[in-house]
Amino acid sequence: MKFLERDLVDLNVDADSPEHAIRAAGQLLADADAVSPAYINAMIQSYRKNGPYFVLAPHLAIPHARPEDGVKEAAISMIRLEKPVVFGHSAHDPVRLVFALGASTSDEHLMLLKRLMQLLSRKEHIDMLLKVQSYQDMLPILGGK
Amino acid sequence: MKILCVCGLGQGTSLILRMNVETVLNELGVTADVEHMDVSSASSMQADYIITNSELAKSLGDHDATIILVENYFDQEEIKTALEKHLSQ
Repeated sequence: MKFLERDLVDLNVDADSPEHAIRAAGQLLADADAVSPAYINAMIQSYRKNGPYFVLAPHLAIPHARPEDGVKEAAISMIRLEKPVVFGHSAHDPVRLVFALGASTSDEHLMLLKRLMQLLSRKEHIDMLLKVQSYQDMLPILGGK
Repeated sequence: MKILCVCGLGQGTSLILRMNVETVLNELGVTADVEHMDVSSASSMQADYIITNSELAKSLGDHDATIILVENYFDQEEIKTALEKHLSQ
């Protein structure tokens, strides 16, 4: 299980479209060998098919696909967009933070989501993620196991 | 009482919603059978309530269940307000 480890976080991503942003966040998962490249395409296909429903809260998008689309290990990456990107969500646009979720069928998937919820259910955490200068600055709010 | 938490794929988003809904139901002292699934499975599943967002609710228009809309899946206050409003009716 990989939860926002150092190599899964990029605080300075320049993306000009939702697909570009999803691809950048997914690429971190692929580079860490948590998902196959096909999984990134599956996340983008899901966006095209189901729309931006995964923009779950103001400025937050959590793209994902199905475990069988190419997940090797339950993992979550995060990118912060230099310029906010409009995903087409009626309430939560524009998106500033994109968390790519490698959804597995294991218990780890549940643990991963619980940690993500602990992180994102507090507004001050989100404000901090929008402002931090370095990965080091994020550590206090990432939480333990 | 059966409640479905619904997202596009039934993998991540709906599970997040379900965990928050279960927390809120606990606080409200309500016992319910809560499941999470994708929107197409939900459309053919019997339920009393379906919790989803307005983006996906469009595809569930002809479902018998009462649709409860939640826009911020992380906001337990919003979920609580929405549930209280519908469950008391």
